Amino acid sequence: MRSPDLPDHPDQLWRNPEPRRSYDVVIVGGGGHGLATAYHLARHHGITNVAVLEKGWLAGGNMARNTCIIRSNYLWDESSGIYEHSLKLWEGLEEELGYPILFSQRGVLNLAHSLQDVRDSVRRVNANRLNGIDAEWLDPAQVAEVCPIVNVSPEVRYPVLGATYQPRAGIAKHDYVAWGYARAASDLGVDLIQNCEVTGFDISDGKVTGVQTSRGRIAAGRVALCAAGHTSVLAERAGFRLPLQSHPLQALVSELLEPVHPTVVMSNAVHVYVSQAHKGELVMGAGVDGYNGYGRRGAFHIIERQMSAALELFPIFARAHLLRTWAGIVDVSPDASPIMGLSPVDGLYLNCGWGTGGFKATPGVGSCFAHTIANDRPHPYNAPFTLERFTTGALVDEHGAAAVAH
Amino acid sequence: MQLIPCPWCGPREETEFHYGGQAHVAYPADPAALSDEDWAEFVFYRDNPVGPFAERWAHTAGCRRWFNAVRDTVTYEFRSVYEMEGMVNDTGGAPFAMPDRVRVSRKTQREVAS
Ligand SMILES: Cc1cc2nc3c(=O)[nH]c(=O)nc-3n(C[C@H](O)[C@H](O)[C@H](O)COP(=O)(O)OP(=O)(O)OC[C@H]3O[C@@H](n4cnc5c(N)ncnc54)[C@H](O)[C@@H]3O)c2cc1C
Ligand SMILES: [Zn+2]
Repeated sequence: MRSPDLPDHPDQLWRNPEPRRSYDVVIVGGGGHGLATAYHLARHHGITNVAVLEKGWLAGGNMARNTCIIRSNYLWDESSGIYEHSLKLWEGLEEELGYPILFSQRGVLNLAHSLQDVRDSVRRVNANRLNGIDAEWLDPAQVAEVCPIVNVSPEVRYPVLGATYQPRAGIAKHDYVAWGYARAASDLGVDLIQNCEVTGFDISDGKVTGVQTSRGRIAAGRVALCAAGHTSVLAERAGFRLPLQSHPLQALVSELLEPVHPTVVMSNAVHVYVSQAHKGELVMGAGVDGYNGYGRRGAFHIIERQMSAALELFPIFARAHLLRTWAGIVDVSPDASPIMGLSPVDGLYLNCGWGTGGFKATPGVGSCFAHTIANDRPHPYNAPFTLERFTTGALVDEHGAAAVAH
Repeated sequence: MQLIPCPWCGPREETEFHYGGQAHVAYPADPAALSDEDWAEFVFYRDNPVGPFAERWAHTAGCRRWFNAVRDTVTYEFRSVYEMEGMVNDTGGAPFAMPDRVRVSRKTQREVAS
């Protein structure tokens, strides 16, 4: 489960060109989603006159801040469709990109702590299996077999009553995923432009014709938003609203430890999720901070609660030292599902609302969003995730399976 | 963790409060007249600004009363708190200044917190 030697990187990862005055497609946001979309446009749709505009440094947003958990055990058919599509792409991604991403299918346990948790979990296992997704229900003894350091004693305040288990789930090294996409897209001719903030849009007759940026105006045939927590700010500048609220989501790592944690453990009820990174840090996340925020730092009491939950579940962590904490800004939608597809402005495409769980979707977003942009209509996998669902009422309510409190 | 100035109890720890989202979202005056789009706006769409935001808070572990606040979503600083009936003015400022007993300078917040 542990690869002590991380692979070397090539001398050059991507070109750093000056922005041109015009592109067929401009992608706003150089996180995993923007990079994967650019790669798919160039590689699978033959659209190479593409720029990715990033206000900071490439993949320095949520892509650099997340806890890397990859799984597809969501409840509804719509979610199963896109997350499982993504998981299958993860399984071939190293080969596709020709780049190491340290994808490790070490399995994910989602713990149940109450009778209602148990019922919801078993229901989800059944739903997953009907969708051809690997899922099992484990009793506490079986949980301890998969992950011996979980405390399954009935004595604790919220005893572990069992868990769903998805063996094909796991983690990947987020930075390498971004660099792999960036390098492959750059090689195919995509311009990756850093330190270039999109500040507005040129729209005439209801159609987008370009973007205003901190480095001047850039004309664009089509514009695709991949700005995660800042998407509603951009939508407002394009003249429409989105049903999104931005929240800080925190994560933290411990010092390096010997391999102790063989899988990924998540708990919705006591709210912590833990895996062990390839180098050895324990990587932990919690729920979003309760209020809207763009501050990229979180409230300390969230960390405190998360730590107390972690210690009860994993008494072995008691003496581990906390090394670093940080936050990303995530865009939470009312039904905890993404918004992906066309927007009220022609030629302007939406990919947002992934909130706390979009890392796992990165390859799937690349494939489906590129299809949406190239064909001006959604791919079948993102067709259910339109903005219109908030008007029609066809919500995809994934609060239960999204696993992060918000 | 920061101190939040409850208009009735004064500055108390953040963990005593519950967040209620955007303030001043009025229930539709004539619900039967609303289109599906209007309902979507009312139920699902809220502002999400970078900077000052008028929002609702409840002092759940204290006096259990709701109040409004203008808070900066970048610095998290509370610029003012005011009663539910108060309306924000155009600049996002509050109609009343923070009552003296709850006005907390950032310095005092730090002192109390440390
Ligand atoms: C702490 C934390 C833990 C998480 N854990 C998980 C997990 O375990 N599993 C999982 O699946 N997901 C997880 N997520 C969610 C996941 O990280 C996001 O859903 C996903 O990264 C979003 O897509 P992205 O990578 O493109 O976003 P980002 O990497 O945030 O990319 C958006 C980019 O847009 C840029 N941008 C914004 N505005 C502008 C502008 N005006 N002009 C130019 N550029 C702009 C930003 O600088 C940023 O780089 C987590 C998130 C956080 C914060
Ligand atoms: Zn009070």
